[in-house]
Amino acid sequence: MVIEMPTQSDGENRMIKANKRTRFSVAVSVVCALMLLASVPVKAADATNPEADRKAFQAFFFAKFPKVAKDDFANGPYAVNEGMRKQWKEIMEFPPYDPALDEGHTEWDKPFANGKTYADCFDNKGEGIRQTYPRFIAATGQVETLEGAINRCRVENGEKPLNWMTGMMASLTAVMAESSRGKPFDITIPDDPRALAAYERGKEFFYARKGQLGMSCASCHVSPAGERMRGDILAPALGILAAMPIYRSDWGSMGTTIRRISSCSAQTRSLPLEDNGEDYRDLEYFLSYMSNGIAIAGPGTRP
Amino acid sequence: MTKPIFAVVALVLAALPLSARADDVKAGQDLALDRAKGNCLACHTLKGGDVPSTVGRELVNMKRRFPNRADLVEILTDEPMRNPIAPMPPFGRNRILTRAEIEQIIDFLYTL
Ligand code: HEC
Ligand code: HEC
Repeated sequence: MVIEMPTQSDGENRMIKANKRTRFSVAVSVVCALMLLASVPVKAADATNPEADRKAFQAFFFAKFPKVAKDDFANGPYAVNEGMRKQWKEIMEFPPYDPALDEGHTEWDKPFANGKTYADCFDNKGEGIRQTYPRFIAATGQVETLEGAINRCRVENGEKPLNWMTGMMASLTAVMAESSRGKPFDITIPDDPRALAAYERGKEFFYARKGQLGMSCASCHVSPAGERMRGDILAPALGILAAMPIYRSDWGSMGTTIRRISSCSAQTRSLPLEDNGEDYRDLEYFLSYMSNGIAIAGPGTRP
Repeated sequence: MTKPIFAVVALVLAALPLSARADDVKAGQDLALDRAKGNCLACHTLKGGDVPSTVGRELVNMKRRFPNRADLVEILTDEPMRNPIAPMPPFGRNRILTRAEIEQIIDFLYTL
């Protein structure tokens, strides 16, 4: 058997070459994924058309899972696997997110030190609006997530921001999701080049192979959706955020969308996504837009 | 006097490659199952693994399905190059596995 012992510079040269090739193959795989999704001839230079992307994206999943009803895609692994669905029915007799909802309602009603409340920060007092997040905010030229809006509300009222991943943040987003159940995702991309650019960056991120494992989000949640990966059933990317936040038995606690996506990102051995950083927010904007029309089903429960 | 010594030397020499191969098979199996290395079990069902995964096909009948060793080297070095939408990591290209480790994994695959 040959044992390879590259010299330092040999190794470095190869790393450089590998990097170049990675970039090339990222480009190739993005283009291929898009071709596959859209099933149209290569027209890489076409102007961004989120609505056409969304239709092609949804058509892909409807064709792959002809028996799954549209809104059932919100239920991730339970929607695409019979065995899991049975377990789910049992778990839901005592939904494990109930304590978080109780905690969230109490917190929601409690005034800040200045007398204002969360309800004062949101349209319609925060009720039935979860399906409109993330939003593009013209004043900042950036995307704001639901968690971002909650922390901005707190900071603007003189309170400390909450942890992005779990705890009270998940309890509050659970409350907001609960009052929005059944309302279809309704993400808008305003006619602003910065909004379109954010969408475009999010889409690129979703399909780009990253990290030492060279995997993209699509590697696990598009073509192998519904397949078994060790103990898990891979959720389809369509509707993948509609049940957030979730109580996950594996965690033994609640997690926000940010927590779920960060742990996927870590699985691919890529650099950790900055909590609610711009890359992250753009990704969530793209993914949520792809699910326009799928009803909110959060909070959710997962194995 | 010299004859038995030659015989012993010849025997030892003959046995060497065999025992090296058994070591390689064992090393290959460990690499295939190690989550930080091959982690093949995340996507493939295979004998000796404790969970069924269905992202890729079950790894069975490898000798019959891949009589050409070079094909397996290619798959383990850079599967996304062969199939751009394959989720399988480019183990060799991204230096998750060295060429020597890939050879050991293939020795193991050929026992399946
Ligand atoms: C190595 C495979 C892999 C990659 C790559 C991956 N995920 Fe996941 N993802 C999983 C597994 C396994 C689960 C848990 C089972 C499930 O719910 O799909 C999961 C779950 C999720 C969920 C929760 C689904 C639900 O219904 O509860 C979301 C959201 C998600 N992933 C988003 C992403 C995003 C965004 C990326 C890219 C940054 C990504 N994933 C990359 C394997 C992966
Ligand atoms: C993240 C998922 C993933 C991991 C990890 C993975 N594979 Fe794969 N593999 C696949 C998929 C999906 C295919 C089939 C699609 C393709 O590439 O054409 C495949 C194809 C293959 C094939 C050829 C297809 C066939 O007919 O059997 C072989 C051999 C193989 N993998 C071996 C391995 C070995 C050995 C490892 C670990 C060192 C491994 N794979 C790790 C996903 C994976």
